[in-house]
Amino acid sequence: MNLETVKSEIEANVPGCRLEIVANPSPSGQHSLLLDTQHAAAVALYLRDAPDLRFDFCSNVTGIDWPDKELSQKVKVRKLVDGVEQEVEETRTTNIPGNLEVVYHLYSVEMKHGPIILRMRTLDRGTGVHLPSFTPIWRSAELQEREIFDLYGVIFDGHPDLRRLLMWDEFQDYPMRRDYADPDDYEYEPTAHDEVLQRAQQHLSQANPAQFSEAEGR
Amino acid sequence: MSTAIHPAAAFDLEPVTEPGSEQLLEIAMGPQHPSTHGVFRMNVVLDGERVVRLKPVFGYLHRNHEKIAENETYLGSMPYTDRLDYMCPLTNNWAYALAVEKLAGIQVPERAEYLRVITGELTRLQNHACLIGFLMQDMGASGTPLMYAFRQREIILDLFEALTGARMMCNYMRFGGCRVDLPSGWLDHAKKVVAEFPRFLDEYESLLVSNEILMDRTQDVGVLSKELAINAGISGPMARASGVDYDIRKVDHYSIYDRFNFRVPLGSHGDVYDRFMIRVLEMRESLGILQQAMRDIPQGPIVDPKTKIRGFRPKPGEAYGRIEAPKGELGFYLISDGSPNPYRYRVRPPSLINLTILEDLCLGRNVADVVVILGSIDIVMGEVDR
Repeated sequence: MNLETVKSEIEANVPGCRLEIVANPSPSGQHSLLLDTQHAAAVALYLRDAPDLRFDFCSNVTGIDWPDKELSQKVKVRKLVDGVEQEVEETRTTNIPGNLEVVYHLYSVEMKHGPIILRMRTLDRGTGVHLPSFTPIWRSAELQEREIFDLYGVIFDGHPDLRRLLMWDEFQDYPMRRDYADPDDYEYEPTAHDEVLQRAQQHLSQANPAQFSEAEGR
Repeated sequence: MSTAIHPAAAFDLEPVTEPGSEQLLEIAMGPQHPSTHGVFRMNVVLDGERVVRLKPVFGYLHRNHEKIAENETYLGSMPYTDRLDYMCPLTNNWAYALAVEKLAGIQVPERAEYLRVITGELTRLQNHACLIGFLMQDMGASGTPLMYAFRQREIILDLFEALTGARMMCNYMRFGGCRVDLPSGWLDHAKKVVAEFPRFLDEYESLLVSNEILMDRTQDVGVLSKELAINAGISGPMARASGVDYDIRKVDHYSIYDRFNFRVPLGSHGDVYDRFMIRVLEMRESLGILQQAMRDIPQGPIVDPKTKIRGFRPKPGEAYGRIEAPKGELGFYLISDGSPNPYRYRVRPPSLINLTILEDLCLGRNVADVVVILGSIDIVMGEVDR
């Protein structure tokens, strides 16, 4: 099945949606469709219900973390140095904001074809981590979206029961993010001190800065 | 919309406000309960014996397998996959090897494909035999049926030990093939095991299939409709018991399953009895595949010589590979950024996703039925919690 034709078919039937094909250079050749969050649910519903597509089986739901990247470039600039114009090499750093990505692998049980791969990206990794939930469309996303919320911190709007799945409810932080710092093992050292205390404070301040500053003031 | 997050601790279920709710009893089944097949908890609200609400609680065996794999080389994760579904290590190896082969575009030699099919189908045999034993145990047939199944499982595990050096943690598959070739005499011994297996199945079936107690406990219990099974992503024998005609061996044409003649048994009611019968019938089909594979296995290399073992770095890209594991669709999703370890490594665990509909199946049933329904789903906590 050709992804191009699926894309144009969706665009013809879901007005206003913006789709983009994300190319996959690997030999697997599994290219994917990037959805815009406003029309994602409509596109998903179309993929499930269109009689010639019928992607009724949402097999796999995954999160991916793309942290902020600093890109440093060496640029040659003409500058006045000691009153003489000279060509000087300067490093310019541009900050590429990261995001969290969610990937859905869809198959069709009825037509026996697939996979079609959908992706959605959050605005950033801080406060804009909201994405629409596909659980109302495919029940199979229920536990998997909970897992992504648990391990990556993506908030799925419209999920009926968004709680942590594998970690305990009081746990802070998101273990699958790339910048996650391991907590120190308090079980073996109930009263942390010296080096362990330092690492513990470092961890706490990363995990929850607001709470940490309160605790410090005590 | 963001109010949909429940900040409430998993210990507290939502308060029950129906009339007569003062009669309700809230209990935690598990995590240390023999019927939960590991450390798994269900928070159940009961009205007498009837289940009013049921919320599964996961994570007791969570070790963030995916994070470990991201800090490990591609091959370094292979032994860890044994520990996912520890009843079927060889199919776990296979699914992971398949995903990496898709990612890096590796061809597998013919003999290695046959070795994979033979070990994979033997795994399916021992998994289904044990599952039925566990199911009987859950129904109160303590000991005997399980010991019958375990006796048969040991015979197959002996074969695994002779081939791979380990009964359960086999670590057998490699990218582009398998680790070792068959030892001398292995194939003859395996043929004998396969030839004698139907005798065990006949005996087992004659004891169980038309057993009145078994029929009474399982028929029309935990009925799963075809529509819900597809929508909730249920896969494997559980989906086929509900009449979903979907076997990845037939659909994806992966490996060399096209060459074998086998049928896909389907259930019609979707109850626990159908799930039990599907496994019995699938064992018969697996025996057929094994006989054909053992007859046709060619000589030749068992691993692709061009695949690097040291310094294995697939080109950037991603791949999703899946196989029909004994418990359902086992998939691995990998992203490579060109470094020696995967940027993203994800396991699609069939056991976890098959548990999505646990509450739907149990509502309105008795507590004793919950145990039977959970047993028929076939979970291994090593895979559910990862």
